[in-house]
Amino acid sequence: MMPQTLAAPRQMPSIRERVPTIDQVTVEERAASFAKRSIKTAAKLAGLKMTVSMMDITSLEGKDTPGRIAYLCRKALQPIAPKYESPSCAAVCVYPNMVRHARHFLGQRSAVRIASVATAFPSGQYPLRTRLEETRRALGDGADEIDMVINRGAFLAGEYNRMFDEIAAVKAVCGATHLKVILETGELVTYDNVRLASQIAMEAGGDFIKTSTGKIQPAATMPVTLVMLEAIRDYFFATGLRIGMKPAGGIRTAKQALAYLVMVKETLGDDWLTPDLFRIGASTLLNDVLMQIVKTVDGNYQSADYFSLS
Amino acid sequence: MSALRLDVRKTYKLYIGGNFVRSESGRSLPAPSPSGGLLDNFCHASRKDLRDAVAAARAAADGWAKKSAYLRGQILYRAAEMLEDRAAAMTEEIARSTSAAPAQARAEVDLAIDRLVYFAGWTDKFAQVFGAVNPVASSHFNFTIPEPTGVVAALAPDEPSLLPLISLAAPAVLMGNSVVLVASEKFPLPALTLAEVLATSDLPGGVVNILAGRRGELISPLAGHLDINAIVNASRVEETHRALQAGTAVNLKRYAARSLTAEDWFTDAAENPYWIADTVEFKTVWHPIGL
Repeated sequence: MMPQTLAAPRQMPSIRERVPTIDQVTVEERAASFAKRSIKTAAKLAGLKMTVSMMDITSLEGKDTPGRIAYLCRKALQPIAPKYESPSCAAVCVYPNMVRHARHFLGQRSAVRIASVATAFPSGQYPLRTRLEETRRALGDGADEIDMVINRGAFLAGEYNRMFDEIAAVKAVCGATHLKVILETGELVTYDNVRLASQIAMEAGGDFIKTSTGKIQPAATMPVTLVMLEAIRDYFFATGLRIGMKPAGGIRTAKQALAYLVMVKETLGDDWLTPDLFRIGASTLLNDVLMQIVKTVDGNYQSADYFSLS
Repeated sequence: MSALRLDVRKTYKLYIGGNFVRSESGRSLPAPSPSGGLLDNFCHASRKDLRDAVAAARAAADGWAKKSAYLRGQILYRAAEMLEDRAAAMTEEIARSTSAAPAQARAEVDLAIDRLVYFAGWTDKFAQVFGAVNPVASSHFNFTIPEPTGVVAALAPDEPSLLPLISLAAPAVLMGNSVVLVASEKFPLPALTLAEVLATSDLPGGVVNILAGRRGELISPLAGHLDINAIVNASRVEETHRALQAGTAVNLKRYAARSLTAEDWFTDAAENPYWIADTVEFKTVWHPIGL
């Protein structure tokens, strides 16, 4: 009698095996191509205003004071004189300690949302218990959205389950509140890692994935954002769930911002061109966009002298 | 030596932010010789090149203004040295572009060098001579000091082709302004050669920017540009004068016309220290003194 060959026990493929690898050359070339579209006059103006409406204007500095945050909120509400018909920004993005000041200034109901960074931003290198507590406090103070950082140490050490569990734990604390998961792509080194971390973040319950803290160079780049957008696209095809995208840091000019909008449109389609699914995190970008809006409307090249401090 | 060697024709670049760049528009124009032949091609600046030049000038203005007057003088003197070094090339450039005789062209270059040295001397003297300690009837020191106005746009006349560039740029630059110089439409090559002199003269990139091309395209965006603080116009075209003056109303730019004939540029009239005052702001400070 022939010995029966035993089938190997079936195993779930590991997440590393489920996630595709990235062709660096192709992704960089494709990302560069989005910056070559010619967007003029009416389309440009519409794009610029859309950029404003998608912006999380950010102040994440040790020197932040209630006054500076009030100023940030005022600018988010009314970025420029009403005659230019600019929308307000999507959100202000602040440290947890500043959330209550922002809430105080904006009131309970506001067109501008309050996003709070949390979970030991920017390093994430603190015990999970304090990171969760921080999230709870920010929510208690009135944050509408939480921008968490992933545990890059765990990710780079290959502890994907731990990273997953931590994100899931933060999401459990957030409940229905929008959770943005910052991958800090500048520390993940390869596009393969970015793609893998995006997948873990989405599966663990992140509503948005976000490139960077803005504290590490390189921050958001076009290719990295494209890798994440493609991860979102594939996740949507697999599950039907729409995950948002937020590039942050390094986007300083209106021209760059328009190229990102083109990339989102051509990768995910018009559905994602809404502040509910696409945000840009920036501090100095807003003034450049406003200058371009005024230039497009008035016809004169503008001077920073005529715009409020960013 | 072979007679079959092909010409290596130069395309003169714009000078923006210390770099020699092609026009953003990708355009170029032929520079004709006085007899109608082709000398060389040069880049044809667009309004976006103007925008870039003003941005470069703005970025450079702060650092340049913070340098000591003495150092600014040294750097301008160095520019004179570099021009002296390249006097032969510059003479040749003027002679082949305009119909000036070589001796006449050489005289213009020599005067340009001397004029640069002259203005270099004013860097640490202007505040002394034009500033003041004012007598006031209270216990204050009251003094008036000049400060650079910021970004100055200057329009060169057609003739002569080199001297006015010095007389327009130097008085503004010496006090710490940065300059966007629009070269003559008719004879742009000497201006673009001057850029090559300035690029090797320790002058920080962006302090002097030189554009060439069609005036008509640049006048209106230049006049209305909110980040230009002063315009010095040596073009004697009435239409240009009016268009620029109208633009100054947008952001209260300073405006100075230099209505000199071609011969006047060779005289002391073009070494007027009051021209320096056209691109400075006088600040008066009241400083309390103890009883």
